[in-house]
Parts: sequence; C-alpha cells; structure tokens
Amino acid sequence: MSFNNKILVAESVTKQVTSPAGDLTILSDISFVIQRGESVSITGPSGAGKSTLLGLLAGLDIPTSGRIFLNDNDLTVLDEDGRAGVRAKSVGFVFQSFHLVASLNALENIMLPLELNKHPLPRERAMEVLQKVGLIERRLHYPSQLSGGEKQRVAIARAFSTEPSLLFADEPTGNLDTATGSSIIDILFELNLNSTTTLILVTHNQSIAARCNREISLNAGNLVSSQSIT
Amino acid sequence: MNIFSYALRIFFRQIKSTEIIILLVSITLAVAALTSVGFLTDRMSQSVDRQANEILAADIRLRTPDPIPQFWEDTAKRYDLKTAETQTFPSVVFNENQSALATIKAVTQNYPLRGKIRIAKELYANEFEIEGIPEQGKVWVDGTLISRLNVNIGDNISVGQTDLTISAVLKYRPDQSIGFSSLAPSLLVNIKDIPSTGLVVEGSRVRNAFLVAGEEDSLEKFYNIIAPTMPESTRMRNREESLERTQNTADRAQRFLSLTAVISLLLSAVAIAMASRQFAYRRMDMVALMKSLGARQSFVISITCIHIFLVGLLGVIFGSAMGFAIEKILIQIVGDLFATQLPNPSLKPILLGSGAAIILLSGFTLPSLIQLRNTSPLRVLRNDITPPSLSVFFISGCSLLTLGFLLYYILQDGWMLITVFTGLLVVSGSLYLIGLGLVMLMGKLRGQAGAAWRYGLANISKKGSKSVIQIVAFGLGLTVLLLLTFVRTDLIRGWQKTLDEDAPNYFLINVQRDQRQLINNLLLNANLEALTFVPLVRARMTKINNQDVKTYKFPDEEGRWMANREANLTWATELSSSNHLVKGEWWSKNYSGVPLVSLEEEAAMEMGVDIGDQLNFVIAGLEIETIVSNMREINWDSFQPNFFMVLTPGALDDFPRTYVASTRVEEHQKSVLHDITRNYPTVSIIDLNSILQQVKNIIDKASLAIQVVFLFTLAAGIAVLFAVVESTVDERRFEGALLKTLGLNRRTIMLGMLAEYTALGFVAGLLAACGASILAWLISVYFFEIDYEFSLVIWVYGLLSGIFLVSLSGLLATKKAITVSPLHTLRQAP
Repeated sequence: MSFNNKILVAESVTKQVTSPAGDLTILSDISFVIQRGESVSITGPSGAGKSTLLGLLAGLDIPTSGRIFLNDNDLTVLDEDGRAGVRAKSVGFVFQSFHLVASLNALENIMLPLELNKHPLPRERAMEVLQKVGLIERRLHYPSQLSGGEKQRVAIARAFSTEPSLLFADEPTGNLDTATGSSIIDILFELNLNSTTTLILVTHNQSIAARCNREISLNAGNLVSSQSIT
Repeated sequence: MNIFSYALRIFFRQIKSTEIIILLVSITLAVAALTSVGFLTDRMSQSVDRQANEILAADIRLRTPDPIPQFWEDTAKRYDLKTAETQTFPSVVFNENQSALATIKAVTQNYPLRGKIRIAKELYANEFEIEGIPEQGKVWVDGTLISRLNVNIGDNISVGQTDLTISAVLKYRPDQSIGFSSLAPSLLVNIKDIPSTGLVVEGSRVRNAFLVAGEEDSLEKFYNIIAPTMPESTRMRNREESLERTQNTADRAQRFLSLTAVISLLLSAVAIAMASRQFAYRRMDMVALMKSLGARQSFVISITCIHIFLVGLLGVIFGSAMGFAIEKILIQIVGDLFATQLPNPSLKPILLGSGAAIILLSGFTLPSLIQLRNTSPLRVLRNDITPPSLSVFFISGCSLLTLGFLLYYILQDGWMLITVFTGLLVVSGSLYLIGLGLVMLMGKLRGQAGAAWRYGLANISKKGSKSVIQIVAFGLGLTVLLLLTFVRTDLIRGWQKTLDEDAPNYFLINVQRDQRQLINNLLLNANLEALTFVPLVRARMTKINNQDVKTYKFPDEEGRWMANREANLTWATELSSSNHLVKGEWWSKNYSGVPLVSLEEEAAMEMGVDIGDQLNFVIAGLEIETIVSNMREINWDSFQPNFFMVLTPGALDDFPRTYVASTRVEEHQKSVLHDITRNYPTVSIIDLNSILQQVKNIIDKASLAIQVVFLFTLAAGIAVLFAVVESTVDERRFEGALLKTLGLNRRTIMLGMLAEYTALGFVAGLLAACGASILAWLISVYFFEIDYEFSLVIWVYGLLSGIFLVSLSGLLATKKAITVSPLHTLRQAP
C-alpha cells in the first residue's frame, strides 16, 4: 500500500486495557490521515487518551485493534525491534519531562540518536543543531547543570538532529513556566518551518494548538474533530 | 555506533551511583573472600605437590620399633638399591637452664634418598640446599627450637649425656610433616652420635625407619623378598600412599576454609540480587528512552551486559588484590603453624574468584536483565508503566540454580553440595522465620512507642522480608564473630579451670625398671612426693575373636585405627581413681586365671568389641590371648596416666616394659626435673603447661584467621544493608522531603531512621547472641566435654555491636536521603 503524501494513517485504532474493574477502552475507533509537512495538535481534556494515541502513532505501543501506517510501514505487524527501526529512521521525540540521559552531556545527548542512526558525522551535526537552539556554549554541561528550558532546548535539538520526517512532542511546555514555554514553542515551530518535518504535538494549551495547521480533538477516547485551522 | 565505547563512556560516568557501588563491593567481597582463602590453600596444596616425590625421603619406607634387620640391608644391596636408616624419638634437650621437647631425627650418611635438605647459616638467613648430613658432634636445629632454647649457631646443646654443637638452622627436610608442625620441633643429628647420648636403650620409644630408593622393578623384587619375613610391627609405606594421605588432608583443609568463605559469598549474592534489581529499575527510563529513539533490544541489553561485565571485571581485580593482601595477613597469623615455608601462590585462586563472580552475576542479574529487556518504550510517556513482574518460581529457581552451581563449582563434591545446600536451606529458613517473627513483633510494638520509634518500627515492618534478610545477614556474621572472639576464650578458660591446682603438670615417660627408686630418691631429696609408676608394655593387636584385625570389619574407621596402631598396655590390681566402671566387673585382687582386659568404653564401641570377646596381642614376637572383662569411662582431664587397655596383674610379667608417672612440680622446684634428665637421659619429661600453651596458641591463631575470613561476612552483611537501604532510598528521599516540607526538622527524621536501624541492630544482635550461646553450649558440652557457663558478655557485646554496626552503616547509607534539599527532591518528582 502506498500513501504518496500521507506520512501517518490511523485506521479504526482502538486501545483497551485490562483493569481490576474489567476492560477499559482508552481509545475507540480512531481514524485520520496526516500529510507530510503538516503540523497537527492533539488536544483534549485530561484522560482523553492524547498520550496513549501519541504512543500508538509513534509505535511505542500497539493498538488492540486497527492499523497504523507510518511512512508506509504497518506498525501493527512489526515487532518491537521492527518498530524501533522505523523510529530510528523517521521519528523524533520531545517529551514533557525532557528525558535526557543524565550521564551524557548536552552534546552527547544529541549525538545519541545520530549514532544510533549511524550518521557519518554525529559530532558535527550535533554542534550544528546545538547552535540553532542557542546552547553551543553549554554543550559540555550535564542535564543536572541545565535549567528546565535549557533541557528542553537540548531535547528539541536532539529531536531535530536526525532530520526526522515526523516529530512527536508530548506537552513540551508542560514542565516550564509561561515565558520559557513560549520561547520553546517558538524554537519548535521555527525549526519545523525550516525543515520538511511533520509535527504532531500533544497539548492542553489552545494557543499552542492554534499555531498548528490542524487540530485533532479527543474526548473520552473518541475522536471529536479533526479539522484544519485556517 | 560502537556499542562498547558508548557503554564504557556511560559506565564510568555512572560508576558513582550507589547501585553500581553496591554491586561492585559485593562482587569484590565475594572474590576477596574466595581468593584470600584460595591463595592460602593453593600454597598448601602446592607445598604438597612440591613434596610429592620426596614425601618419604625415599621410594619405600619400612618403619619398625625394633632394630633394622641386617637381612633388609643385604637384600637391598643385592638389587642395587640405595638405602638409609633413621631413628626418631622425642627427648628434652638443654642449654644451661633452658629446656625444650624436641623430636630427635638421627640419620645415616645417604639420607635423604629423595629430595634435599635445606639449611641456613643464621636464624633468619637465606636457606640453601645441602648434600649430606651433620658431621659427628654437630647438629642442625629447627628455628623454633633455637628460639625456645635461646641459643645461637655455634652454641652447644645437651642431648642426653652428650653435648652437640649447633652448626646450622634446619629449614626443611623432605619427610617432615606438611600440615601443622608437630609440637616438638626437629633436631637432625648424625646417627653415629646416638650411642653417646645414651638415649636409646631397650624399651625406648624409638621409631626406626629403613629407607630404600631405586628402580621400580628392583624395589618390587626387594619388597617381595622381605615381605614374608617382615615382623607384624613393621609398617611399609610407599610414595603414592603417602601422597594420597597428604593430599586428602590438604583437600579437607581447603574445603573447610572454602565453606567459611561460602557464607560471605552467599550474603554477597543477596546484596547482588538486591542491587541488581535497583540497577535495572534505575535503568528502565534510559532503556525506554533509547528504545523510543530507535535502539533495538539487543543494543540496550548489550550495553547493560557490558556494564555488568565491567562491574564483574573491576570486582575481580579489586577482589583479587584484596584477597592477596588478606592472604598475606592470614599467613602472618598462621604461617608459623606450618612445618614448611609455603611456596608463592599461583594464579589459580583468581580463576576460581573470576568464575564465581561470573556465576554470581549471571545468575542473580538475569531476572533484572529480562525486566530491562521487557521495559516498554511507552515508559517515556507514562512513568508508571513497568515491565510485567517475573514469576516468583522463575526468580527463586534462578537463584537456587545459581547457588547450587556456585557451591558445586567451589566444593567440587556432589555429596558435600547436597549436605551444605540442605544445611543452608534449613539454617537460613529457620533464621528467616525467627527474623520474620521478630519483625512482626516490632510491627505490633510500634503502637506503644514514641513518634521517632513509631516511624522507625513502621519502616521495618513495612519492608517485611527485606528487613528479615538484613537481620539474618547481620545476625549470621555477628554470631560467628562473637563465637570466635568471646566463646573461644571462655572455652579455653573453662578447659583450664578443669585442671585443678594440684593436677599433675609433668609426665615422665620411658622410665626403666631400675630407675624408679633412683628418681624417687631425687624427688624425696627435693621435698617432693615419691611417684607411683605405672608399667607400660608396647604391643600390637593381631586378632579380634580369632579374626585378623587387618580383615576384621570395624563399625567405625576410628576403631580400625585404634586396633591397628601400636597399643600401650598396662596392668592394675585396682581400678584407677580417674576411671569408673560402666559395664562388667572389675577382677578380684588375687585373680590368676586367663588374662583379662578392661577397655575404654568408646574405644570398645568403635572396635565393635563387647564383654567376653577375645583379643590377641603380639608383644616382642610372642602372642597372648585376652578376654574382655569390663569397660571403663576415663576422666582424661585428671592428667593421670590412663590407658585404653588395662590387663590383669601377671599377664605381662614376662615382657619388656617401661614405666610412666605424672607429678606436680611448681616453678621453683623445676631444677629437680633437670637433675632427672641429666642423670637419666632416657627418661622423657613432657611439660603439660607448655603443651597446653601451644594448643592454646594454635587455637588462637586458627580462630584469628577464621575471624579475618568472617570479617568478609560482616562486610557482606553491611553490603546487604546498603543494598536494602538503596532499594528504598528514592522512596525515603521523597518521604523525607515531604516530611521536611510539612515542617519536620532534619533531626527528627534522622531520629526516626536511627530508631529503625537501632531496632534492626538490636534484633540482629539478639539473634547473634542467641546463636553464639547455643553454639558455645554445644561445643562445650559435646566437644570439650566441660560445663558451659552462661556468659552475659556475649549478650552485651552482641547487642551493642549489632546496634552500633547497623546504625552506623544504616545512617551512612541513608545520609543522602536526608541531607538533600526538599526542593531539589520534589522538583525531581516524576
């Protein structure tokens, strides 16, 4: 199956988990298509299933039923290593709680996905993106020596370093104050604008959602709307 | 990406993390315990191997209490065999007023036929090999004897009626014992000097040996010719047989010491298992992140395996270095108990240590590795996602299999493995249950305690099985240390107490019939009481109920030894005051029938002999028949001359005999003993005080050495405590931060933790004091056969050391959790 310009396709995606109270449906029959180069926000109240959907779309987990295609790869038929291979080639991540490796400095954290991807010049490329996020002076600092905003900038640099075709951001400003959060979002959109990367962003914040091309809105595990923002 | 260099980079940055330190320390301790013991036993077995070909100083040794027959010499010559003769006997040697018991080894020119003698020109000078033996009038003396007599090279010492000049320090002779040195150090002398000493007369306790060496087939022919005419009393030994015996002894020592190390090893295993769980837990986030960034499972697992390998490698390096250093200390403590200078250790113990480290790490980190492999990348989005728990059966199966494999690897003996394994399961199971009971009791008590104690006790009962493991680990280490420190001295003191003030402290042996009155005259002149001399006839048992003792089926190995060794017989009209009859009747004063024999109860049991059985003895070539008439229990602590076999009067009248006696001589009366030895050199005087002192010295040194090995157990116990604390440190940190935020000061939180460790230490100390007291009682009653006095000291020290050690190490381990700022901690909250 080829999707030409479609980078991500979700077909009737359902996710159920077993709990002591019985089966719990977290996502129910979600379908949508995301085109290359789009910026899409996933919004909804707490418990709507935003992070679960993000995890499924990135192949971090598999749906109970339905199919997900990422860059023509059916994630639902691949094993964990297969999905990791797809991520290594096509996906970047920015997390709410940064997730930097504590024992690696800023530069090494950025080099990590490049090295996993067998990039020919990981150090040079990492320096280049660190320059773009304005942290070149702090390249040898460890995560514990960086502020929250700086950590997130390193995480953004790490996500863009491999020039992924798809970048997932999970509440990237959730742990930051308003001013820092806003500057982080600026960096994120600026980098996105200058690349061909598709951005999928989970957020509570309507003003951040409004900066995207499209908003996928969830409520109680159901797709409420998937509309373009003009 | 080069996995190895990446893993290495991360590893050295994470090396300061507590879980890696605990893993490293545990492996180091396990390897150190094994290698220190390994180096020591390796040196012992190397010594055995090195002496393998010269263990008899010959190819065949024929030992006899009688003079060497000329026929042996002639036969050996006929087959071109080399020969030598030796005479060995104990005697007291003198230098002015100093005296010491020595083993006199008189040798002929060709001695030794295999191996070389090594001597030194000064006490601490380098030793060198030498051909030949001391010239006439000269003597080579063991270093210990030189110290005891306070003499130097060139000085004269009195051996019997003659004076001999010390011309060298005897460092080594091929046929000296390999294990612990005998109580009497050796003195090598030319056999031609023996007549002038006057020490060897008829009936003297001399062991003559005829040494033969040469071609294998000539030896066989020689043996085949002399064997049929060999007297019953002759003992033949060849090289292989001797080697096997010595190797068995070395093997047993090795196994015993390995067993002591095994306890530290098992505690290290507990610490490793706990630390590796924490190791996996702390790496879950990183593994999830790496997986989310596209890393394959094999990649993340390889990195973890490399880290575990590096921990193992460092553990082996540090552990071996530590083991080497500790072995040096052990050899300082026990070195002089060995008869020979031990050779340098080989690298074999390091292989043993490395093997154990590999087994420990692979077995106990496997469940954690599986958990890491199963960590979902989704954890980057949801921190509460943990991999599914592994089955308890899988984890316990893994641990038991690893332990079994490890024990087999160390002990190399299936039966011993089963015994030790069952023993371990039973002991640790019981300790665990006791610990569990105590922990539950503490949980119940917490309602009645103050705030700090309530917090502490609640923590103990909350951690349930982890607390129990800590208690058992500490309790075990402390038990052994208490036992070895206090109980040892208590036991020796108790043993010495059994020798009352008037108990004899000197034995006179080898007294000839006509010397009895003369010796008593000397004693009477010195205002001492005359001695009662007990006759002694040397015999060998030949038959039990007309069956040869060589083919007789003994119920016990000890019985075989008892029947085959040279027997010392005596006769008596009345039952000695230090004996009491347990079976049968004592004979009447004027009994004159068939010779009857009275046996020591235990010896009779081991030989499987009962009243009415017939025992035959050969004495000086003549056979006598005796009937077992009664059995006695002997109070050996009376230090009276006592015998396993006592015959009816008249039964031994026609045989050569010597006499023995015991007496009490105070320090200021000792000159009379010198007079006896000078006037009657064939008489040997044995100083019980100095023997008791030497036995005490050996026990002290051996237990000090075992104590050193058990320090590893204590250290491993501390490692377990750190591992347990570490597994809860994140929780404690947040709890501490929360309590601080709620307004509790650091002191109160510290007090709560101190209460927890004090309670843990108290219970561990209680368990240890209880264990040490029970063991001490068992050892006193069943081994030393003395009454055990309840000692309060054990309980005081047990509780104090338990509380002190556990509190100190516990507070050190938790320091980080209470000193860090609450803001920092709470900001790091997931």
